[in-house]
Amino acid sequence: MLIDTRGLSCPQPVLMVYPHLSGSEPVDVLVDNTTSQENVSRAAAKNGWKVEAREEGDGIVRLELRK
Amino acid sequence: MTPPPDREGRILHGFSNNEDAVLIKAPPAGLALVQTVDILGPIGNDARLFGQTAAANALSDVYAMGGQPWSVMNIAAFPSPSAESDTPMSVLADILSGAMEKVAESGAVLAGGHTLDDEWIKFGLSVTGVVDPGRATKNDALQVGDALILTKPLGTGVLATAIKARWPGGDEAEREMYRWTTRLNAHGAEVIRAMGLKAATDITGFGLGGHVLEMARGSRVCVELETSLLPFMPQVEDFASCGLIPAGTYRNRDYCACRTIVSENADELRATLAFDAQTSGGLLLAVPEARREEACERLAALGEPAFFVGRVLPLREGKSRLILA
Repeated sequence: MLIDTRGLSCPQPVLMVYPHLSGSEPVDVLVDNTTSQENVSRAAAKNGWKVEAREEGDGIVRLELRK
Repeated sequence: MTPPPDREGRILHGFSNNEDAVLIKAPPAGLALVQTVDILGPIGNDARLFGQTAAANALSDVYAMGGQPWSVMNIAAFPSPSAESDTPMSVLADILSGAMEKVAESGAVLAGGHTLDDEWIKFGLSVTGVVDPGRATKNDALQVGDALILTKPLGTGVLATAIKARWPGGDEAEREMYRWTTRLNAHGAEVIRAMGLKAATDITGFGLGGHVLEMARGSRVCVELETSLLPFMPQVEDFASCGLIPAGTYRNRDYCACRTIVSENADELRATLAFDAQTSGGLLLAVPEARREEACERLAALGEPAFFVGRVLPLREGKSRLILA
């Protein structure tokens, strides 16, 4: 599952990711700002997910959310 | 809209016959003017309570200097009725009514205002206050040893984000947020005057952390905030841990980062929320440590909360720093 939140501002990215945090299927999230990166990471951690961040260049980060 | 009462006859010639300017009595000799303007975009979903919030927020700058509001002018941006606009004019009327309720409570009179056509709603006040210039509190007068007392809990930025997200618990969050944002900081100003305090500020967009760092730099001192003592409104920490922290809060934190020392024991979430961008936040009063209890008692006697949040320390290696302990 890939969720692309580029161009969206808070709280939209968290709202898009949250429904998927009740399952266990791996989720990748593309973010393009610090607020989205930190907020999505907090939401995932709160629900017991591990988060790894990979720089994709051009200020884009791929957050790999794994249960 | 009912204008606030003019009990002392301050308005010599008003705008009731569409005069373009208002003739207003000068304050008593010896008093100085405190002049300020503040405008907000909508917060929450209630027009009247937004108006109250914007008014309380603008008036607060006068209170932060220990002053008393004398007169205000409304400044509104609002979409004019048209095929594209689905915002009824009653929304503007409600915003103005709410604002005038708070202006009346402050004792100031209305000296007119200006509305402009704009796609986005904004509202605020230009406020003129009065203060004895020898007794005005300033944001650059912290003294080493002062205790810092905050008069409202923190978290309006996070609550506004949760409301915007229609997060479960958002209705309660909205009530709680407005309970604080619509509250005048008049009692805090009374305590400033009664105790002859030297330094104070009000906590708004830069968050507690940003505003105290400004004070520390202006005063050439360090400020230590105890993150474990920071008071948050209900649900704020829970919403924040779900990722409902506004961009402005992260911006404040990152902007201040090079002058902030976060101690190892400080909780990361609380250290971030120390920078939560506030709307119509409380006053931060600097009180000599020996008079801390007296300040808390005076605030309590006026029904005002008093949260001890930190203290003023000497410079570290010649530098002003914000220490989050």
